[in-house]
Amino acid sequence: MKLYCLSGHPTLPCNVLKFKSTTIMLDCGLDTTSVLNFLPLPLVHSPRLSKLPGWVSKDGTLNLEKELKECAGRVFVDSQPEFCLPEKELLDLSTIDVILISNYHCMMALPYITEHTGFTGTVYATEPTLQIGRLLMEELVNFMERVPKAQSATCWKNKEIQRMLPGPLKDAVDVWTWKRSYSMQEVNSALSKVQLVGYSQKVELFGAVQVSPLSSGYSLGSSNWIIQSHHEKVSYVSGSSLLTTHPQPMDQSSLKNSDVLILTGLTQMPTANPDGMLGEFCSNLAMTIRAGGNVLVPCYSSGVIYDLLECLYQFIESANLGTTPFYFISPVANSSLEFSQIFAEWLCHNKQSKVYLPEPPFPHAELIQTNKLKHYPSIHGDFSSEFRQPCVVFTGHPSLRFGDVVHFMELWGKSSLNTIIFTEPDFSYLDALAPYQPLAMKCVYCPIDTRLNFHQVSKLLKEVQPLHVVCPEQYTQPPLTQSHRSDLMLELQPPPMPYRRCSVLNLPFRRRYERVYIMPELANSLVPSEIKPGISLATVSAVLHSKDNKHTLQSVPKPPPVPPSKKRKRVIEEPPVVLAPKPLLSGAVPLEAFLATLQKHGITEVKVEETADGHILHLQAEDTLIQLEEDGTHIVCDNNEPLRTTLRDLVLRFLQKL
Amino acid sequence: MPEIKVTPLGAGQDVGRSCILVSIGGKNIMLDCGMHMGYNDDRRFPDFSYITQNGRLTDFLDCVIISHFHLDHCGALPFMSEMVGYDGPIYMTHPTKAICPILLEDFRKITVDKKGETNFFTSQMIKDCMKKVVPLNLHQTVQVDDELEIKAYYAGHVLGAAMVHIKVGSESVVYTGDYNMTPDRHLGAAWIDKCRPDILISESTYATTIRDSKRCRERDFLKKVHESIERGGKVLIPVFALGRAQELCILLETFWERMNLKAPIYFSTGLTEKANHYYKLFITWTNQKIRKTFVQRNMFEFKHIKAFDRSYADNPGPMVVFATPGMLHAGQSLQIFKKWAGNEKNMVIMPGYCVQGTIGHKILNGQRKLEMEGRSTLDVKLQVEYMSFSAHADAKGIMQLIRMAEPRNMLLVHGEAVKMEFLKGKIEQEFSIDCYMPANGETVTVTTNPSVPVDISLNLLKREMALGGPLPDPKKPRTMHGTLIMKENSLKLVSSEQALKELGLNEHQLRFTCRVQLQDPHSDTDTLHRIYTHLKSVLKGYTIQHLPDGTVMVESIVIKVSSSTEDPNTKVLLLSWSYQDEDLGSFLSTLLKKGLPSGLC
Repeated sequence: MKLYCLSGHPTLPCNVLKFKSTTIMLDCGLDTTSVLNFLPLPLVHSPRLSKLPGWVSKDGTLNLEKELKECAGRVFVDSQPEFCLPEKELLDLSTIDVILISNYHCMMALPYITEHTGFTGTVYATEPTLQIGRLLMEELVNFMERVPKAQSATCWKNKEIQRMLPGPLKDAVDVWTWKRSYSMQEVNSALSKVQLVGYSQKVELFGAVQVSPLSSGYSLGSSNWIIQSHHEKVSYVSGSSLLTTHPQPMDQSSLKNSDVLILTGLTQMPTANPDGMLGEFCSNLAMTIRAGGNVLVPCYSSGVIYDLLECLYQFIESANLGTTPFYFISPVANSSLEFSQIFAEWLCHNKQSKVYLPEPPFPHAELIQTNKLKHYPSIHGDFSSEFRQPCVVFTGHPSLRFGDVVHFMELWGKSSLNTIIFTEPDFSYLDALAPYQPLAMKCVYCPIDTRLNFHQVSKLLKEVQPLHVVCPEQYTQPPLTQSHRSDLMLELQPPPMPYRRCSVLNLPFRRRYERVYIMPELANSLVPSEIKPGISLATVSAVLHSKDNKHTLQSVPKPPPVPPSKKRKRVIEEPPVVLAPKPLLSGAVPLEAFLATLQKHGITEVKVEETADGHILHLQAEDTLIQLEEDGTHIVCDNNEPLRTTLRDLVLRFLQKL
Repeated sequence: MPEIKVTPLGAGQDVGRSCILVSIGGKNIMLDCGMHMGYNDDRRFPDFSYITQNGRLTDFLDCVIISHFHLDHCGALPFMSEMVGYDGPIYMTHPTKAICPILLEDFRKITVDKKGETNFFTSQMIKDCMKKVVPLNLHQTVQVDDELEIKAYYAGHVLGAAMVHIKVGSESVVYTGDYNMTPDRHLGAAWIDKCRPDILISESTYATTIRDSKRCRERDFLKKVHESIERGGKVLIPVFALGRAQELCILLETFWERMNLKAPIYFSTGLTEKANHYYKLFITWTNQKIRKTFVQRNMFEFKHIKAFDRSYADNPGPMVVFATPGMLHAGQSLQIFKKWAGNEKNMVIMPGYCVQGTIGHKILNGQRKLEMEGRSTLDVKLQVEYMSFSAHADAKGIMQLIRMAEPRNMLLVHGEAVKMEFLKGKIEQEFSIDCYMPANGETVTVTTNPSVPVDISLNLLKREMALGGPLPDPKKPRTMHGTLIMKENSLKLVSSEQALKELGLNEHQLRFTCRVQLQDPHSDTDTLHRIYTHLKSVLKGYTIQHLPDGTVMVESIVIKVSSSTEDPNTKVLLLSWSYQDEDLGSFLSTLLKKGLPSGLC
């Protein structure tokens, strides 16, 4: 049993588990932090960005001014942003049987894996994961395709050249494998391979393995997975949360008794309390608006935004923000808001019971109805005529490299009245802001990451008691910036098995048993005998049938009657056909009882001689010896086959057959 | 032999008050708990005294499962849980859980407030009953207890309708509730995987009908409505608030839009708005097309259909009114019917099945004079049309489901005896499986023959699979030997050697030694070689070795040769074998006693 680790990003994992005869990919995360190395893609021509100076090395030997631009001391690639894909060379991706998706953030690399690699398997995901995942992909494609970039920079990727570049470009890994965004056609093709599953649904894979998604409490339809056979159990824990936000609570108890627990997707902000951050978010927002400024919230179009809107719904009146317009701008804004209302089954209890009334589970329906929240597909079109300031804008992409957010950065960046509030934890906000420097607008960093923190996870692990834990190496040491915080790492006994990108781990499994079914006819023919109190034995002779990885035992068919042979004389010379080995024997033959039995069978003249290990019985009339010992019996009998078989059967009476 | 028992308390050779008891693997399950629309006395509820004469049902039932929100499937639920007494879990899907209490409350109001009955369940009882409900998601495996698990499948029929798979160990039963095998304008088709249950309990409302294409029926329906409107007539369509109503609304809405019609369409009762809201929130339970387009256009926001007010019934001019309930047995639909029945320009379209005893059933059977309460009679002059829009599987659909699930036995409920008889014949003929159709209170017992799950040691299994080769030879099946260890609840199959080791038992060696005298005038070594050659020719397929230490080994049997001290031509063969080689050992000693053939070199 092996684990191939294709991604080094702890919250955007991509691992492949070989379990019994199946090859299972666990998540398909796309590391988007690579886009921070690129210049933002403006929606309308930006004089500032186009005037940035090209980069030439200090000694003037290296001139890449067409591909690289400099801004406030940092160098950016002037090209369509590219993503760091999961490792493709570690194993043959066409051998993957199934892909299990845990939440919509962890499936963004799916088209890269399912298309053009020869993948022919099935992808399993819950319905909200599929639908919202589709929206996020659609949004990404839309962001890229509506501002096509003519040039594609490749020179800087040359190993010799990259070595000479300033950081962080110099240290970027595997830049040759970085890829542009996929197309909508590839998204559709990839998602057509998804088969929907519900929580606690048991899905059989080739009869050998059963997989089952469990609620993980992190986002709509997010799941952890159980991968098990009758005797082995692997739990795959991806983004999970114990906070009560909108999703159904996490199912913890089903993770119990795992042989191996693969732990990924812990919080990226172990020191930031989500509730505190939410408070800070609200107060900064109100402060800016009151001072006449605008608030920009770069965010994904699904997930935490639902909670932000719910929080604002309660906050707006009390903070006297009733007249401030709230805009949500994304190509999929409308769909995301609508979809959030139809997944009652996947929501927490409170929201579920609203549907029974019947009322929409999220209060943003009311915000829209009362015109407090307006949503637009982009800044073009209706939005430009409706746009009033001061206002609050929610828009993507959180990396600030593409999407409508780029426009607002250019528009509002120069005024210190405005505020940008970062809520998504995926990108370092300083890196995100780098190509916009110098910047006058206020920056507030309130990352809201509801995923498990180290305290919660160690409590969880104590409860579910896995035999072994596998996790990204980042979790086995404190964060680089807080190396003294030994509470910000996993400390377990036995210590967790760390992995990094391109690791191949041998999982510590000892498979000893497999499930087999004894057919009723055979079961009825078995004769159990009690060998010790509470323990019975039965010898089984059966025919094994293995089909679709399921094994059954059936009775041995009776041999067809032998056709009467003409050469009867030769029959005796035929060696025994069915080589049915006799059972093993156990126990001992007690002398007195055995003698009594012999007597009953007319064997009376027995001379008993004591030896070091037992007795020798001399059957004088028959000239036969029986050597009785603690763990062996030896019958020496010449030329008297009937006697030998009689003695054999008498001895067997005292022994257990196995 | 393990058995599964099925007893209908309602819906046995009948439609109405569905309630089926199943005993499987020591668990008792109640499937549906409905009321009968055709009765107003005790017979409207299932006879729960069958389960126990006195006391509560909690001790006798492990769980109750409700298939969908129609009252003939859930109408007796508060009576059963609150008045008879049941505190265990009640399972139903989310939409059913949402809608069921509303219909129950409606039912209660009509019975208690309008008809003035006492001794009926109260609003509070409905609430208390619903607190016992555990929601079910599609395809989720719900563990009721350690042994009993249930799983819901999509059934079509109405919003949230489910079929349910019930499993204990390797025994299982599927109950379909009401289902529809063809997708319609707002719901998808029922689906189940090849779960091979021991019994498939299916509804059989349309056991003998094979319905023509849905498109034709829809065209017919629209034509009739349209003609009536053109004539200036009023059209009454009695429906239940949820289900077919939405289907027909979508149909009329699109037709009105296309034909640019102006005659008003009304929908009675305050439920409408609410009902459509449920459809919007549970859009994932509707069909593919509606789900795909709901962001752009929600099919349950109707432009042409408006709320009905009682006074509108007397308005002049044509109109279409959807009114509840669907079988004309009470309420607004009956009131409007009475008003409009006298005019032959008007029309009533019955879009679904009507239970015996209801006015709907009577007029469909051609009755033109109806006795009303208070000895008055009502002359029915308006046109009566019947158009089956109820989303039940027809005979073809039922056969299709059997093909999907591959049950070992079939059991029909929720249909009329004569029609069931016909379908039963067809099923037995086509699938060669037993088909039962018990009446209410009659028990069907099916013996199952479950296989026994055992843990086999991987060593033994792998050894066996390696020896068996990649493809099994049907002519020469390999026999596997092992020892089954039964300890407490575990069953382990291991090799005999491993069994000895695991149980800490000693092995007892049983050996035989046998001397055979042979006349063979050769040297000892030659004799040994002659024996070797002889055995080689006789024992095909055995391992025979001539070892340098002066022995011949056949499998693990040792043969040694020495000359007799008196006569060098008399050889003494010493054969020694263990009990495990008894058959071969015995054969060899007999064979060698007969001497060696002279032709050996």
